[in-house]
Amino acid sequence: MKPISEFQVVNHSVPRGDGIPKVTGGAIYTSDMALEHMAWAKVLRSPFARARILSIDASVAKKQSGVIDVLTAYDLKGLHPYYGHGVKDHPLIAIGQVRFVGEPVAVVIAETELDAQEALGKINVEYEEMTAILDVDTAMAEGTPRIHETDFADGSFRGFDDFPGAAGNICQAVHVGWGDVDAAFDSAAHIAEGEFYFPMVYAYAMEPYVAIADFDAKGHLTVYSSAQHPFMVRHDVAQVFGLPLNSVRVIVPYIGGGYGSKSYTKIEPLVAACSWKAGRPVKLQLSVEEAFLTTRGDDARVRIRTATDANGNLVARQATIHLNTGAYAENSPMVCRKAANRIVGPYRIPNVKIDCFAVYTNTVPASSYRGLGGAQVTFPGESQMDELAEKAGCDPVGFRLKNLAQSGESIHPGMRPIDADIPGDIRAAAQMLHMDRPVKPGHGRSVCCSASDAGAHPVTLAMVQVYADGAVSVLSGSTEIGQGSHTVLTQIAAEEMGVPLEKVRLIGSDTAVTLFERSTGASRTTTLMGRAVLEACREAIAQIKVMAEEVFAAPAERLVEERCGLRFGDTFLTWAQILEKYFKMEGCSIVGRAYLRKAGDLTLVPVFWEIGVVGAEISLDEETGAIVLDSLVTIGDVGLAINPAMTEGQDLGAATMGLGAGLFEELIYDGQQLLNGSMLEYRVPRFSDLAKNVDMKLVQNRDGVGPYGAKGGGEGAVNPISPCIANALYRATGVRMRRLPLTPERVWKALQEKKNQKAL
Amino acid sequence: MKIGFELNGKPTTLEIEQRESLAEVLRGRCRLTGVKISCEAQVCGSCTVLVDGLPVSACTLLAYEVRGKRVTTIEGVADETGKLHPLQQAFLDHFSFQCGFCTPGMILAAKAMLDENCNMSDTEIVAHMNGNLCRCTGYLPILKAIRQAADEMRGHK
Repeated sequence: MKPISEFQVVNHSVPRGDGIPKVTGGAIYTSDMALEHMAWAKVLRSPFARARILSIDASVAKKQSGVIDVLTAYDLKGLHPYYGHGVKDHPLIAIGQVRFVGEPVAVVIAETELDAQEALGKINVEYEEMTAILDVDTAMAEGTPRIHETDFADGSFRGFDDFPGAAGNICQAVHVGWGDVDAAFDSAAHIAEGEFYFPMVYAYAMEPYVAIADFDAKGHLTVYSSAQHPFMVRHDVAQVFGLPLNSVRVIVPYIGGGYGSKSYTKIEPLVAACSWKAGRPVKLQLSVEEAFLTTRGDDARVRIRTATDANGNLVARQATIHLNTGAYAENSPMVCRKAANRIVGPYRIPNVKIDCFAVYTNTVPASSYRGLGGAQVTFPGESQMDELAEKAGCDPVGFRLKNLAQSGESIHPGMRPIDADIPGDIRAAAQMLHMDRPVKPGHGRSVCCSASDAGAHPVTLAMVQVYADGAVSVLSGSTEIGQGSHTVLTQIAAEEMGVPLEKVRLIGSDTAVTLFERSTGASRTTTLMGRAVLEACREAIAQIKVMAEEVFAAPAERLVEERCGLRFGDTFLTWAQILEKYFKMEGCSIVGRAYLRKAGDLTLVPVFWEIGVVGAEISLDEETGAIVLDSLVTIGDVGLAINPAMTEGQDLGAATMGLGAGLFEELIYDGQQLLNGSMLEYRVPRFSDLAKNVDMKLVQNRDGVGPYGAKGGGEGAVNPISPCIANALYRATGVRMRRLPLTPERVWKALQEKKNQKAL
Repeated sequence: MKIGFELNGKPTTLEIEQRESLAEVLRGRCRLTGVKISCEAQVCGSCTVLVDGLPVSACTLLAYEVRGKRVTTIEGVADETGKLHPLQQAFLDHFSFQCGFCTPGMILAAKAMLDENCNMSDTEIVAHMNGNLCRCTGYLPILKAIRQAADEMRGHK
């Protein structure tokens, strides 16, 4: 393996490829786009959580000034209106029934957004309200009616390997286990047990959902969308309209944040149906309030117990997880699978039994949220590790070190062994946080970790075009969502082709131009697309070497490869020069390509283990219950950082997002109505929540399957930060919090209860 | 109605409807799409523009309010030759954005602050910038960029 010191472009913090447009206002997002002759859409949403639609009368609305047409379920004849990659349960617009407050019931298509907005009030919908099923216990109780009265067809990914499916109001059930937990708990020396709750959260991507759909005269459909997974959108939209895949072109410009919330298909089938109906390009721009009603994270109730033997070795973990999945499956079946896997943590535990259920309710559909089930289950898992350490009389760091899986050790039978140095990461975090020094009164410290089976299903195809003038283009279906794919992928191509970074151009996320990439999520882009780009470059070079035999009139074994070309005796030609001499023509280019699939060293799941290691020191204002983050430590165990500054940026961003759910964020339902669905009432981390001291470290052991030993980052730190704060709070105050977020009110009440107990 | 104002240094006259917000006018009529719209409630700061040098939320300001005033958007921050403002360069140097949606508002809010005083303490910077949300970076890279730009702007004064 090439030593780190020899990299010319990779492993350097080169400026972002999307930097200049983003600091000058030139970066175009879908929300900035307009097409010629484009109409605007606005959505009429259900005021009821569960009701039958008796009738929709849009005749008055259709006559309003500027109105082109109104789309309702009555217009879907000839379409296949249900979509969903796990369960095809999601109608592109409510059909006969509504299942959550905010579900689209009708769409006005008009010349302007204002015309569309004003006509919404002229649509008359008659509902017959039914009793809403708003919580997991009610949904699962015997005799509760089904939220979906029919069984839906499997989505294209059910049964693939992650969607075993379920029945009734249980959208998905996943069972993970090995050993004999009952026997292990019977003979255990110490047991910690408790019920934890992770809140319903909203990702708040600052650019709300937006899409433009354009059916042309030949019946081809082009969709511009703020979507993480353009190829998944293409698949779902093509199925809705019965079109071949090459008749649907999905183009994704810059995306204003996603964090999982823009994964899979969202509003695209609805907007495409509007264009299909109106015969015009149509744009639908949701407001943030509407985005609150489109996707959220699954809230989770977790009943968990963990046991050790007399020597402090973990012997068993058992957990029952209930995810509140909302009205439609979306990606919650996958969240369910991942939550079940990830609650085991990075520990060697001989006896495990996990039962995880994703449950339909009449609330906003839940789907991917950064960490994909990891944040929901790391809070209980790592909180309980501290509780158990105390029972076993161990120091929490030492207790973790004793039980953490070493590199190469397996934590899940049959899965890829751990490809990281987690004990080393924990030691580094403890050292950076000065865990050995005495802590000030009213302060507390903690170090926590997580291991996530990341990378999703590895199907990633890439192309590079190598030009005879020395330029190189990377054609990637991975979207630039801020994570820096446009920078990292060009760095890899520049490194491999031996050309300056300025000569590499990234052409991204247009399904008509780039090859298939399953998704941009699960922290996979650097690992999978990065590796595909590397292999595509090498494949291009292999082609050029064959051409070189003719150009040099010499056999391959006499040609010596140097950094950006070949030498034969005294003659050195760059790859580009060889191309020009071979074709005897300026301006031509060749294509190198790579097709990654679940084969070879990508056969084992996961593609890689994504490690989250954070440390925190907090202090508490006892009068108000407010928690202050004094120090934050992150460790990025990423194999190799292609761009170290951007990699650290991912860790800090993930930790900050996790801090939001830990301290402030929670969607609150009052009956069937979402109470705080606006940024006035939903509190996310602000400048003033930044930790006073931040210390970040990258661990680069080159132990991943990605390019040069790289692995993904960006979703690690989001998982362990909330238990880290809860554990630090416990050490500062003796109060154990099992429900997030740790709002001042909640913490203050817990402190008072503890004081009152002492007084008794 | 017709309004006249100075937009990124150029006298501008526009025909608008009374109900239009400044953000709608700048994005729609002037095609200055660097003005971003997110929360529409003066919480997130992504629509921040400068009116007579002061930061305002363009999403909730009626456009006619800027009659006769100077409006600066992100498109008008670099100089005429295209040379980046010290804040823009510092945002590049410190990787102070990821998705970039909050960036125009961040840079303009910081510019208003530094134009007034580039000797701010970190506490003062944080207090000034607290009305601009970023969901990607965790804020520290933005703070570092503002410190660097402040140093450079102090040198010029």
